[in-house]
Amino acid sequence: MNALNLNPSAGHHGNEGEVDHDTLHITVGGYVTGFVLSVILTAIPFWLVMNKVFASSTVTTFVILGFAIVQIYVHMRFFLHMTSKAEGGWTWMSLIFMIVLVVITLSGSLWVMYHLKTNMTLPSPEQMRNIP
Amino acid sequence: MSENTGLAKFVFGRLTWEAIPLHEPILLATFLAVVIGGLAVLALITYFRWWGTLWRDWITSIDHKRLGIMYVILGLVMLLRGFADAVMMRAQQAIAFGDSMGYLPPHHYDQIFTAHGVIMIFFVAMPLVVGLMNFVVPLQIGARDVAFPFLNNFSFWMTAFGAVLVMMSLFVGEFAKTGWLAYPPLSGIIASPDVGVDYYIWSLQVAGVGTLLTGINFIVTIVKMRAPGMDVMKMPIFTWTALCANVLIVAAFPVLTAVLALLSLDRYVGTNFFTNDLGGNPMMYVNLIWIWGHPEVYILILPAFGVFSEVVSTYCGKRLFGYASMVYATVVITILSYLVWLHHFFTMGSGASVNSFFGITTMIISIPTGAKIFNWLFTMYRGRIRYEPPMLWTIGFMVTFVIGGMTGVLTAVPPADFVLHNSLFLVAHFHNVIIGGVLFGLMAGITFWFPKAFGYRLDPFWGKCSFWFWCIGFYFAFMPLYALGLMGVTRRLSHFDDHALQIWFQIAAFGAFLIALGIASFLIQLVVSFVRRDSLRDTTGDPWGGRTLEWSTSSPPPAYNFAFTPIVHDADAWWDMKQRGYVRPRSGFVPIHMPKNTPAGLILALLSALCAFGLIWHMWPLAAGSFALLIVAAIVHTFNYDREYYLPADEVVRVEDARTRALAAHG
Amino acid sequence: MADLTATLSTGRAGEPPGLSFYVSGEYHPENGTLLGFWIYLMSDSLVFACLFATYGVLGHNYAGGPSGAEIFNLSLVAVNTSLLLLSSITYGFAVIAMTRKRVGATLAWLAVTGLLGCGFVGIELHEFANLIQEGNGPQRSAFLSSFFTLVGTHGLHVTFGIVWLVTLMWQVAKRGLIAANRRRLMCLSMFWHFLDVIWIGVFTFVYLMGTLA
Repeated sequence: MNALNLNPSAGHHGNEGEVDHDTLHITVGGYVTGFVLSVILTAIPFWLVMNKVFASSTVTTFVILGFAIVQIYVHMRFFLHMTSKAEGGWTWMSLIFMIVLVVITLSGSLWVMYHLKTNMTLPSPEQMRNIP
Repeated sequence: MSENTGLAKFVFGRLTWEAIPLHEPILLATFLAVVIGGLAVLALITYFRWWGTLWRDWITSIDHKRLGIMYVILGLVMLLRGFADAVMMRAQQAIAFGDSMGYLPPHHYDQIFTAHGVIMIFFVAMPLVVGLMNFVVPLQIGARDVAFPFLNNFSFWMTAFGAVLVMMSLFVGEFAKTGWLAYPPLSGIIASPDVGVDYYIWSLQVAGVGTLLTGINFIVTIVKMRAPGMDVMKMPIFTWTALCANVLIVAAFPVLTAVLALLSLDRYVGTNFFTNDLGGNPMMYVNLIWIWGHPEVYILILPAFGVFSEVVSTYCGKRLFGYASMVYATVVITILSYLVWLHHFFTMGSGASVNSFFGITTMIISIPTGAKIFNWLFTMYRGRIRYEPPMLWTIGFMVTFVIGGMTGVLTAVPPADFVLHNSLFLVAHFHNVIIGGVLFGLMAGITFWFPKAFGYRLDPFWGKCSFWFWCIGFYFAFMPLYALGLMGVTRRLSHFDDHALQIWFQIAAFGAFLIALGIASFLIQLVVSFVRRDSLRDTTGDPWGGRTLEWSTSSPPPAYNFAFTPIVHDADAWWDMKQRGYVRPRSGFVPIHMPKNTPAGLILALLSALCAFGLIWHMWPLAAGSFALLIVAAIVHTFNYDREYYLPADEVVRVEDARTRALAAHG
Repeated sequence: MADLTATLSTGRAGEPPGLSFYVSGEYHPENGTLLGFWIYLMSDSLVFACLFATYGVLGHNYAGGPSGAEIFNLSLVAVNTSLLLLSSITYGFAVIAMTRKRVGATLAWLAVTGLLGCGFVGIELHEFANLIQEGNGPQRSAFLSSFFTLVGTHGLHVTFGIVWLVTLMWQVAKRGLIAANRRRLMCLSMFWHFLDVIWIGVFTFVYLMGTLA
């Protein structure tokens, strides 16, 4: 992000005077690569599901999840220009921290709620008859 | 129960004259008192011609010091309201046994304990903590203001209007009767069709936006605006705890926003997130709200820990023992606070494996706090301790908080919690840690930094009175609750049948009375200190022999904080400067780039509050109209690029020369 | 910053040599807007995480109503996804034009992005309207409540992004590509791409996995 020199007062006075640095990591090529990869990573999961390519839906689930994760990485790298160096490493650290929390929130909620549902749902009449 | 029809319904929704509680004498009397008091304040301001100053220097101010003071004032005013609720509950519980039903019917009592919790957490503790961070952090890191000064002003007004909405519920309509976390299905539209839960939801949503923006603001401030040379391991420890608290804010408040939004969808649109039928699951609300709720309590306590660190090292004249381990402990607590939330609902039925996991993580999280206690004690060891009021609050905290923490570890054991959940033991535990930890820390912090903010110290005698009344009052008020909880008494009850319990409640009521004296002492302290301010004057800016950069400025600091940005070489930067023969520059001042004041924050917050009011009362034109205006006003504000100005060098010279003269006069 | 090295290496009168305690000239800390906006996006992703969690927990509670497989039109979702993905690259071209200081090209690519965004929102509204008309609105079941809320919240964000985009186009047209506007364009860029990232989650978890179940 620093390459865009959006800090107007880095060592200079006033809001507008600044020197343009080269913008190596924002290129047309980068965006196009990201776009092409994303199209592929989107088309394949849609194709897999719409045509029921794998017999097992569990396998399909894991495959499309994998594709999603890869595509998210593609977006982060080619569109958001996320690197571990940007902003002194703070954007990277906040991203990792947030990913950890999202994982905890999602997996924790699913785990807890699954157990709560199992233990706290009233049994059906069927189940009531079959209690040991 | 009359309802509006036709045009009246379109404009006024469900707001009718019956919303005003003319039949409740307590409320009527309160309303009269508020009106008279409010008119008196307005008259005073008019008489002294303070409207101009109030508008220019406070309401539209983006100065972190002014905003910090306003947050603290808001918190203290709301403390009086929240404490009034507490007194009413203690009084009711002391007398309502057997045939005596007390003076508060259940539907009134239920609103009181709900309001007490909501106000104390959201509108007392949070504003006080945020206020202290606002005032202190930029000074401690050698910055002129926070990263986003306009957002800071906007955040304050959002919090203030959230408080206004809660207070309004006292006189127009009613408040929620659900407890401070408003669990569904009780808080759903079927069980609570009235406006109470809607007041709850929207006041928290409005205040929550303010808090979230504060979190972002302070993280960026601390990351980006530290003085040169101040790497993270040279930051003052209060700044470290502030950083971690703000990280927790950013990482927790979105969850509250989402959960309350889902609840409001259930109430307004008829969705089925937390309903009992059509696939809803009320337990999901409990799960999500505590994913927010547990980090929230750490948001409150970490800055208090930071205050204690500053106070202990200053009043013992020693560098804080184990700075690095304090930092690691704080960071570990921050991360671990996300792994314990289920301990708030062990009894909801998740089973042994889930409960044991969270029981263990809960016990682990007590360890870093223990490490901190040891570090404070080691700092005190062989120090030259000065027993100023902040030090008394700190020692009171160390004893009281440890007891509360231990009862916490006790309830962290799931089988024990099955007996004690939602009993008065639990109520005693969390008041133990919040009063002993958060409140004592805030009182210490306010007393510690008061001279920096206002230029004179607080009167120590009344400060000590306040401390002793609070401390002893706390024990009288809450130790009986531990006993009652162990005997099986449930929380949130307004009437009891067993007369044997009454003596405990009466002791607790006496404790509340002592705390009232503590609060009164604090208010007297404010008045007496103002009257005696010349004899309590802080002329040097460093009344305590401080160690961090805020003490290098005058008391109060100039608007720009530092004429020249400091360069830091060591932790305890100001102490380091004093040791190494720092000489204050008296010339060579340059113009200083400053942000401009603005009314935009107030306007946007006011429009948000109007929208909230419209939503609460189903006044759809008001809600839609004020929302549209809000968007327009926000967009208009972004067209204003002219947000800064240069303070001329001779203005800086004038201010600094005045300080030079004051320092010379002091000798 | 040149001031800094000078003061660090040479002392001034009355100070120990080699040690200075203040910056003698003007000092401007680094601008924090981009970091601040990124942190805001992190907080927003937590809101979406809660909505995803809710969808995960309640998403199979059909309450006798339709399941995902019965109501999702994957071809339409594929079209939607393409529009959003395309809009990401067109915004990227707008940013490139911005770095090349070409106001006209920037505005043009922004306009295309906005139109693609409108297409996305339009299709989504059409999908919602159809479902509601059939009686499968958000009140029908917990599954539908969480579906409408998760997808709808994303759509609301896109709508807000379009409003912001139009505003920014106006501001760029008015004041050109000054530093403040370039910062704002980068913030909107992060916002726009972030929404595409969330959409990857939505079409995977909601539409694709919902059809598989």
